[in-house]
Amino acid sequence: MRLDKLPQGRPAYVDRIDWTRMSPSEGQRLREFGVCEGASIELLHRGGLFGGGAVAARVGRMTIAMRAGHASAIEVSTEAAASAVRGTSVQASSQAPSPDSALTA
Amino acid sequence: MSISSLVALVGNPNAGKSALFNALTGARQKLGNYPGVTVERKMGRLPLDDGQVIDIVDLPGTYSLAPNSPDEEVTRNVILGRQPGERLPDALVIVVDAANLDNHLRFALELIALGLPTVVALNMVDLATRDGLELDAVRLAADLGVPVVPTVAVRKRGLDHLRAEVSRLLPSAAVPIRARPQEQDFAALQREAQRIARRAIVSESPSRRLTGAIDKVALHPVLGLALLLGLLFVMFQAVFSWSEVPLALVEGALAAVEDGVAAALPDSVLRDFLVQGIIAGVGAVIVFLPQILILFFFILMLEGTGYMTRAAFLMDGIMARVGLSGRAFIPLLSSFACAVPGIMATRTIADPKDRLTTILIAPLMTCSARLPVYTLIIGAFIPARTVGWGIGLQGLVLFLLYVAGIVGAFVAALALRRSVTKGGGGGFLMELPKYQMPFVRDIALGLWQRAVIFLKRAGSIIFVTTVILWVLLSYPKPPEGSGYSPIKYSAAGRIAGLIEPVLEPIGFNDEIAIALIPAIAAREVAVAALATAYSIEDAGGDEAKVEQSLSDRLSGRWSLPTALAFLAWFVFAPQCISTIAVTRRETNGWKWPTFMIVYLTVTAYIAAGATFWTATALGL
Repeated sequence: MRLDKLPQGRPAYVDRIDWTRMSPSEGQRLREFGVCEGASIELLHRGGLFGGGAVAARVGRMTIAMRAGHASAIEVSTEAAASAVRGTSVQASSQAPSPDSALTA
Repeated sequence: MSISSLVALVGNPNAGKSALFNALTGARQKLGNYPGVTVERKMGRLPLDDGQVIDIVDLPGTYSLAPNSPDEEVTRNVILGRQPGERLPDALVIVVDAANLDNHLRFALELIALGLPTVVALNMVDLATRDGLELDAVRLAADLGVPVVPTVAVRKRGLDHLRAEVSRLLPSAAVPIRARPQEQDFAALQREAQRIARRAIVSESPSRRLTGAIDKVALHPVLGLALLLGLLFVMFQAVFSWSEVPLALVEGALAAVEDGVAAALPDSVLRDFLVQGIIAGVGAVIVFLPQILILFFFILMLEGTGYMTRAAFLMDGIMARVGLSGRAFIPLLSSFACAVPGIMATRTIADPKDRLTTILIAPLMTCSARLPVYTLIIGAFIPARTVGWGIGLQGLVLFLLYVAGIVGAFVAALALRRSVTKGGGGGFLMELPKYQMPFVRDIALGLWQRAVIFLKRAGSIIFVTTVILWVLLSYPKPPEGSGYSPIKYSAAGRIAGLIEPVLEPIGFNDEIAIALIPAIAAREVAVAALATAYSIEDAGGDEAKVEQSLSDRLSGRWSLPTALAFLAWFVFAPQCISTIAVTRRETNGWKWPTFMIVYLTVTAYIAAGATFWTATALGL
């Protein structure tokens, strides 16, 4: 499921991020916010009264805002969330592919 | 005497760095700029317990040493000793938000690895406790390998401890240590940060309940927008209603000074110069200090509470429609106070095309310097009556002027994005920090700094232009009994006569032409110029006229279409040297400021002309 389609208030985990759908600096900023494969994420708000607005998501203990376009580049799943410990922050994921390829530039 | 040691405060945005800086240095701060860039340099002096006084610099917040904007580049360059005009820090104070350790520790680890003497300030521990987090600072210090001091900047908790740790670090820096930047694997750092953060957390409960509850309303598509509009409405109402009492006090004081000077001095050139030149001119500008401070109070409050980013979130949808990002909302809102800090605030916009567009439209936001002009003309020409539902006509006109600026800015953004600033990403990514109560000291310090800047302007640019203008308006004097108007005969009157043919088709008279020249220095000078011009002109006449207020003088002389055209001109005109100068610095050249002057002047001319002829045709 894509993050922009995730029902509000349902905890999920990041499966995969399509880094090619954003600029290298945007990808870097997302990673700096802690958005990476394996991170716990939750959609909190949709901003667009006039359509096409931003969405707000919780990542770890931070709330971040991004455009729906970027949210749709983030693939999430809720299955893992059901069994995960409630209230924990970002889960380190050892099998997460290194995102450093997008860092160069 | 050797140079004192330099300590740099560094950390993520929203770690409470500036509050810590204010708490450590108090009013012993110096604001400036790094040479060549318009990144604000905040320096302070900090006396340590061992008797030495050190310099402390508050670096712009950043998420990592890989810069994404000019501010972040300054932070990296200072830490690595590469920033022109700044020496290499002898020690770092890394500020981390106790409630957001797993994110902030990654940057902290990156900084610690540089090898500079370092202490970590575990800041806002009180808010972490509010969010249900209990932390073990000793454990954290052991894992990080550097001292960790829990602090609550706004309550000055932990500051003694922090100062002690800093003075312990400094002797070891007798031999300067150069930072060793090293390539570090981002994901590995992140994992390490999360591991250390989890070990430091003794217990936790679900995070940010208060912030979450407020955001349910503040970020709601309908309720949130209603709240935002409500806040903006209250803000602009307050600018007028709260300023009545202080305004009357300032006016009273000025009148007392004027009477005192007039009574103390014999009728002379000096007295004319003091009363008509300096007191009438500078005084006409100083009376707006209360309104400007009220506006800045709201902007500082909105920033300090963390609400400003929510406003950006709500506005992103609308901003995207004109090709801008929600991030542009903060610089544009600041431009309501003054376009100069507004344009400087565009540094947070990463995309260069987005940023340029925002800079170019920022002068269209109604800055506080236009307020004196608007209130003067509205007071003189718009009757103080209601138009139903308790809405005052004067307030309505003022509101419409603000709306005209906003609509103009959006139309300009649309046009610019389709022509000169075509292309670019237009992304929007930002952190929404947790809400907090701004501390009185931080707000008071911010207001004090704004007041000083404003009064310095009044004392320098405005004073000088007023003096020059008074001289130009007073000399040469028409020959006795010649019947010439002293203004028209003066040097200024003759200069204005030259540009008057250009302005005449849009309904402007000689005095407006005279006022527009010094208004290039600063918009509010137009009021001072009109005040000086009319007070000189009337000085020769009967006593009753001299006693008239500027607003009475104007309403007796200008037609309504002229007054409205004058207002329309001020909505669009780019006339402020500071704005043009800051645009030149921010865009690194004369190309864009020149473009800005041309497009805004043409727009202003057309708008004033259209207003004048429409109003004339309607028989107003």
